[in-house]
Amino acid sequence: MIPLLGLAVGVVLGLVLDPTVPLWLQPYLPIAVVAALDAVFGGVRARFDRIFDAKVFVVSFVSNVVVAALIVFLGDQLGVGAQLSTAVVVVLGIRIFGNAAAIRRHLFRA
Amino acid sequence: MTGPGEEEPPTPAAAPAGPVDVAGPVDMAGPAGADAEGPGSTVDPEPVPVVAEPVVAEPVETEMVTGEQPVAGPAGAAGTPSADPPPPARPDLRRLLRSRGRSRRGLVAASLIAVLTLLLGFGFAVQVRSNDTDQQLAGAREEDLVRVLDDLTARQDRLRQQVAEQRAVLGQLGASDGESAAALQEAAARAQTLGILDGTVAARGPGLELTITDPEQQVSSALLVTTLQELRGAGAETMQLDGVRVGLDTAVTGTAGDLRVDDQPVAAPYRLTVIGSPEDLAPALSIPGGVAKQVGDAHGALEVVQSPDVVVDALRVIGTPQYAEPTDGDR
Repeated sequence: MIPLLGLAVGVVLGLVLDPTVPLWLQPYLPIAVVAALDAVFGGVRARFDRIFDAKVFVVSFVSNVVVAALIVFLGDQLGVGAQLSTAVVVVLGIRIFGNAAAIRRHLFRA
Repeated sequence: MTGPGEEEPPTPAAAPAGPVDVAGPVDMAGPAGADAEGPGSTVDPEPVPVVAEPVVAEPVETEMVTGEQPVAGPAGAAGTPSADPPPPARPDLRRLLRSRGRSRRGLVAASLIAVLTLLLGFGFAVQVRSNDTDQQLAGAREEDLVRVLDDLTARQDRLRQQVAEQRAVLGQLGASDGESAAALQEAAARAQTLGILDGTVAARGPGLELTITDPEQQVSSALLVTTLQELRGAGAETMQLDGVRVGLDTAVTGTAGDLRVDDQPVAAPYRLTVIGSPEDLAPALSIPGGVAKQVGDAHGALEVVQSPDVVVDALRVIGTPQYAEPTDGDR
């Protein structure tokens, strides 16, 4: 309930305030969002598996975001930022898919 | 010898004083370290709970219990036997504190989760919104920019080619449009001319009004045809005879006194309306042995009135040719 509320409020805030993304953050924001999405999906899956732990969720959320941004940052420094961000998105996408499949199994028993 | 020997002891006595002096600072260091530890144990837990309360919730609990102990100590110090009652009170307190800590922990966790998901939603919305605008290029990488530029250049080339093609087509269309407009105008003018010659269009202009009287009914069809041909030869452009338009295939039939023009009966006096140059037409009728003479021979009279503006408004109906067909390539 709280996460849903937070998500909704955040979306509304983002749409209403409509801030401009600072230049240095622009390559990292989408990656961070995807990483956070991965953490959220993992949290939902853990909730369904009855092993949800707020501490794990918070830590994995933050570390996911930080690590993903860090990888992309490193890639930018090495000149392979585009490829690395693609790689990060692919990996996170695969994880999201796996978590979504688990959630689906819990929800629809299929 | 003893002098020196007596003198010597002071140095050993002074020597022990040295170690004592040294021990002083060492002892001082001991309490100092304990002091440093003491404040550390009391001060440290305070900031820690504030920073990482969910993680270090347990230490907080124990810390508070130890903090309570001195208070409970004096209460229990009144009698050692009454040391038993505190234990029941202590679990209660601990349970209370633990449950309070748990609820606090849950609250903190919930608020953290709320903040994180809020941030996620915020970032999501902002990213989606900023992705809509062209601003996204500002933060793009160099390689991406190069790729975008390449795409744009290729697209620009394609579009430019398209523009050139369309422009060529437009030019062609415009040219043919002008051509067809001119052709249409020409065709309309030609149709007017042909209509006047054919007799399908009413016409007006300078010309003659002729009246041929025939009191003895001796004006023959041949005389009328001669008249028409004489006028035509003199440049008459179009004419009508008693309300019948004279065309290419106009025939004058019948006997004198019962003449028909194109199968329509006409009666004397015959009235001719001619459009053409009056100065050319009038002399053509009065040449020696001409129309005027022949009419006079037939005991009739020819009256010619030149007019700057006569109207030929009788129309002919032209059917499609029965045998002749237009051939291509006549232009």
